[in-house]
Amino acid sequence: MGCGVTKTSEFNRKFDKDGNVIPAAITMKAAVLIQRWYRQYAARMEVRRRYTWNIFQSMEYADLQDQIKLYNFLGYLMDNFTPPSSERNLISHIFRENEVCRDAEWERYFSYTNIDVPDIYSGPRLTFPLDMDQAADLVEAFKKKQQLHSRYVLQLLLETWKLLKVLPNINRVSTCHSKEITICGDLHGQLEDLLLIFYKNGMPSLEKPYVFNGDYVDRGKDSIEILLILFAFLLVFPGDVYLNRGNHEDHIINLRYGFTKEVLNKYKLHGKRILKLLQKIFSWLPLVTVIDQRVLIVHGGISDTTNLALIARVDRHRYVSALRPPKKKTPSRTNVYADSERYDEMIICKNRRGSLTFPKPFGARESFQRRSLQDFSRAVARTLEEEFEVRRRQGEFSLSSFSKSHRILSSAVSSDSEPESSEFTDTSNEEWKQILDLLWSDPMSHDGCIPNEVRGGGCYWGPDVTEGFLNRHNLQLIIRSHECKQDGYEFCHNRKVLTLFSASNYYEVGSNRGAFVRLGPDLVPYFVQYQATSMTRGLSFPQNVKRTEHTALKVLREQLFVHKSDLLSAFQEIDKENTGLICLNEWASAIERVLHLDLPWRVLHPQLVSSTTDGRLDYHGWFRDLALKKPSSEHIEQTMLETLYRHRSTLETIFRIVDTDNSGLITFEDFRQTLKLLSAYLKMEISDEVINKLVISTDTNNDGSIDIDEFMEAFRLVDKSRLERGKSLLKLMQDNQETESPQPVYSTAPQTSQCPASQPADPPASNTTDSACSQTANPPALQTADSPGSLAEDCPASQTEDLCHISVVVPPQ
Amino acid sequence: MADKYNAETIITETQKRISNAFDVFDHESNKTVDVREIGTIIRSLGCFPSEADLHEIIAELEEEEPTGFVRYEKFLPTMTKILLERKFRPITEDLLLQAFEVLDQQKKGHLEPEELSKYLTQEGEPFTQEEMDEMLSAAVDPDKNVILYKDFVSMMTFDDTR
Repeated sequence: MGCGVTKTSEFNRKFDKDGNVIPAAITMKAAVLIQRWYRQYAARMEVRRRYTWNIFQSMEYADLQDQIKLYNFLGYLMDNFTPPSSERNLISHIFRENEVCRDAEWERYFSYTNIDVPDIYSGPRLTFPLDMDQAADLVEAFKKKQQLHSRYVLQLLLETWKLLKVLPNINRVSTCHSKEITICGDLHGQLEDLLLIFYKNGMPSLEKPYVFNGDYVDRGKDSIEILLILFAFLLVFPGDVYLNRGNHEDHIINLRYGFTKEVLNKYKLHGKRILKLLQKIFSWLPLVTVIDQRVLIVHGGISDTTNLALIARVDRHRYVSALRPPKKKTPSRTNVYADSERYDEMIICKNRRGSLTFPKPFGARESFQRRSLQDFSRAVARTLEEEFEVRRRQGEFSLSSFSKSHRILSSAVSSDSEPESSEFTDTSNEEWKQILDLLWSDPMSHDGCIPNEVRGGGCYWGPDVTEGFLNRHNLQLIIRSHECKQDGYEFCHNRKVLTLFSASNYYEVGSNRGAFVRLGPDLVPYFVQYQATSMTRGLSFPQNVKRTEHTALKVLREQLFVHKSDLLSAFQEIDKENTGLICLNEWASAIERVLHLDLPWRVLHPQLVSSTTDGRLDYHGWFRDLALKKPSSEHIEQTMLETLYRHRSTLETIFRIVDTDNSGLITFEDFRQTLKLLSAYLKMEISDEVINKLVISTDTNNDGSIDIDEFMEAFRLVDKSRLERGKSLLKLMQDNQETESPQPVYSTAPQTSQCPASQPADPPASNTTDSACSQTANPPALQTADSPGSLAEDCPASQTEDLCHISVVVPPQ
Repeated sequence: MADKYNAETIITETQKRISNAFDVFDHESNKTVDVREIGTIIRSLGCFPSEADLHEIIAELEEEEPTGFVRYEKFLPTMTKILLERKFRPITEDLLLQAFEVLDQQKKGHLEPEELSKYLTQEGEPFTQEEMDEMLSAAVDPDKNVILYKDFVSMMTFDDTR
């Protein structure tokens, strides 16, 4: 009785003066309590969701940084030309312009007419010109996991190329006739999302125009299928399908992020030509789309110097890659060297002006200045010029090689006979910067415009820049993509900039929704969001959060594990008395020092550390608990393996660059050179002995060449806690090796990884895509998406716990 | 070693926790967070304030001219005090269960989704529809389409223990 409110009396009935119960007061108290409690719970879920997102993003940024570092390193090599450096020669080809031929010669190279399609091929057989039914059939075929025969791929791509060449840099679209226009953002090879969009919104048609805003490829596993679908609809409805170029429509980027690998794996015989043709197609994709002269659609964004009039005038196809200098329209045949000395000076002066990016401290490795993409390519061209200059003086080359190298150089050098355009004039530079800005920039919340050093190209632009730009060009909205958003879309800059992202579950199943937007004549956006896996629908919000968190943490644990040596040194430095214990604060700061991921380690620690005594962590035990098993080899020491594992993306990228004919195979010698390159990059010794051992253990083909995929396969870590699921055979192999006399694990790699039951999206053996008698001695290469940070997962065992991406189209609602 | 748990250490540890929680929401890395996230941050540090409590706190934390952002320098002392004074103590499992039982006036042992929704969106400090939907998605037993609150409470409180 009375006012003492102890816990147990909270819900004692309250009586009015007549002794009647007052129910309302009680229920209100109960409601408040439940609400208070649930909001607390939801807040903690939110934090977990938030830092999970942070983890994925920081891994993605770390990966981007890795890429930039690699290119910086390669640029450094190029700059420090030492004749004849075999490592340099390995890579310089990629930065040189290829043989400049006339279109007729290209058409011969890309000819498909002598490719036979075997009778047993059951996929679509296209006839040109394409019609709507064929486009729809193509979608159906891909839905059924079929693969289009390389003959038709080449044919379709050739037709696309022809069409793209007559399109302007700026697509202009109108919403007259009350047509609603549908706009989609990044798809990144995730076919399920495109299918879902078509399912919800209908396929492109005269009544249903679409704009696709770039980044169709890389990371996801069905990039080529997405391209083929989009191109097919483009051919059928050229007035109603608009494609913008994204920063991933770039063959050098594709080397790292999976598209090159995907094409080579799916099209073993003709992949190389397909890639070459795509290289051209990418450079011919339009740069931006404008709706009703009011709305700008561009993949990345803008800068304070973006000028649409200038954009309209550029020769966009000269900008093949963000990392290659613009190629010249017509090769010059006059004496190149007349002005060479003066030209050298000019270029050298330009480069001394400094990088577009701000140098940022990175660690011991970064002794050379960080460059922007633009600077790097400029530097490349300059040193080619020097190279030839040197050769000329040494009188080393013959006439034939002169003309060949001359043609190559003509892309990079100015000459008297072509007064209007010398390659690295300010105009060219300016144009290139404009394009980079369009494809690579990100919005920021502060005013101003600064170089985008995270991505290495484009800039960060602020609300004031948006205002200025919209006013100058009389526009009202910018729709862009390029950044993953939790809900599929997000406004900023006072709702004047819209980010649209159409790849759902981008980081992980349940990580984010995708979205597309419809614009009618009133230009008011109408959004549709979706998530392309039926599994997430059954899960509640907390379950979803936990599942995604699980993956993020797994990825993070892996990072910790592969940095063990560095972390151990850092811990031991702090723990001078060698007690084996370290307090939480120091643990957190040491980790940040080593990993540079800028994550809230103290908030994360309960997830990463199972137990502490007195607030201190037994770090040796902690490493043991991380529950990961490395591929082991007696012959190669653990630190070396750890290093190679840590840099496997870089290693793989270098491999693919070195693999000049895009065959997926490299010679021993090149393999050796690659590792030497890597050791130079890491400033770390990889001894010849180690290299030899790696070479020997990796030659599974016994034919003197190394299969890149197989080699990389060896670097998968096996998660001890998931032994039972799906990795059985590979794991058994590894286990067996450890118990019997040790053999490097590499040699047993994927030959025997038969995945049980359902493996989604594998090219079915019955559908011979290339040639009927293609070499089946090689095991089907695992098509794993190169998603940032995640381990390659094969063999899905579709249980709710499993984190594999399962391609299921959400059934009708 | 004996010094380890003196007041100073506790304060430092506390402030480190606060700083870390704050950082999770400091998107621009400029030591400010959106004022709308303050509730989440405070709760993530283990406190169970009501909405009314939060309004009070936010009023304290806002600038004279509200910018929509809260600066770390202001947040830290306020939050330290809250944690050290152990304000907004947790709600125990028992109490929570009792609350559900009160709402279950017919003593069925479960609640209908509509019932619970009615209480929680109309009484006390009402939920938004979004909050209600989220809670229901976790609380409703998919087979029976009711909220078996006893199980729900055990499950949720178990979840939290780490």
